[in-house]
Amino acid sequence: MALITPGFGGRRRDDANLPPGQYRTDDFPVLSAGPTPRIGLDEWELAVITETGERSTWSWAEFTALPADEPTVDIHCVTHWSKFGTRWRGVSLDTLLADVETAAEYVVAHSYGGYSTNLPLEDLLDGRAWVAYEFDGEPLVPVHGGPARLLVPHLYFWKSAKWLRALELRLDDEPGFWETAGYHNYGDPWREQRYRAD
Amino acid sequence: MSTNIGADDALWVDGNALAGPLGEIMGTDLTVAELTCAGCRTTRPLAAMRVFDRAPGLVARCPGCGEVVMRVVRMAGRVLVDLRGSLVLSLPVPVA
Ligand SMILES: [Zn+2]
Repeated sequence: MALITPGFGGRRRDDANLPPGQYRTDDFPVLSAGPTPRIGLDEWELAVITETGERSTWSWAEFTALPADEPTVDIHCVTHWSKFGTRWRGVSLDTLLADVETAAEYVVAHSYGGYSTNLPLEDLLDGRAWVAYEFDGEPLVPVHGGPARLLVPHLYFWKSAKWLRALELRLDDEPGFWETAGYHNYGDPWREQRYRAD
Repeated sequence: MSTNIGADDALWVDGNALAGPLGEIMGTDLTVAELTCAGCRTTRPLAAMRVFDRAPGLVARCPGCGEVVMRVVRMAGRVLVDLRGSLVLSLPVPVA
């Protein structure tokens, strides 16, 4: 007869949603590699730039008039915290890139303030990524990346660039701010891809 | 020790915060080392840089122009020091 330990089979739903090496927090820690940029909505602009140099841009009014989603997602920071059930409002990358002609396979997200991070284009498509401008029903505050940030919850959260300014579509991959400083190029929390040797 | 604690902005501390992690691996007090910023070409002791430590690594920025002069990332068994934002690193010769 099998020895059933107390609690066996009663594993909390949360545990199954926690990637290896992570702990759960209900806070929303602020991580920042530099001063918080303050961008007025009248000067804010989002650009998509293709590998041929073609630019599509949205003003704040144009951007917030696009159809928006309200994803509720778990987020995982490489500094080991995970936060479950975060509620956002944002524009899907499928919507933003719908009319963009490109053969690119890679994207570099550029931020106001100089930050950058790189991702495969396919990771931004099929309902897996957004440009988010509300958190928990409120406008996204500057310390969390407002006016608008990238939201790619299936990768470590450094890939979800705060203060998003432009998405550069590229034929080749170009590592960003943390990827050039020892962090993993892809950053899958479920495979614990924290550092480049992982 | 200077810092912007209390300001409505991302927190930074001064370059002395680098002494621990760098001293540990290099066995010398690097806060007296001087760095020349690739952004504005001014030279300052490492202790004078602004270090953003609430991040996946330590990010040292020039207090003059705000550019990144050094990034320090600690991983399992290694510490990576990225110096692409600096033109020159100068160190005092230890007195015998
Ligand atoms: Zn400088």
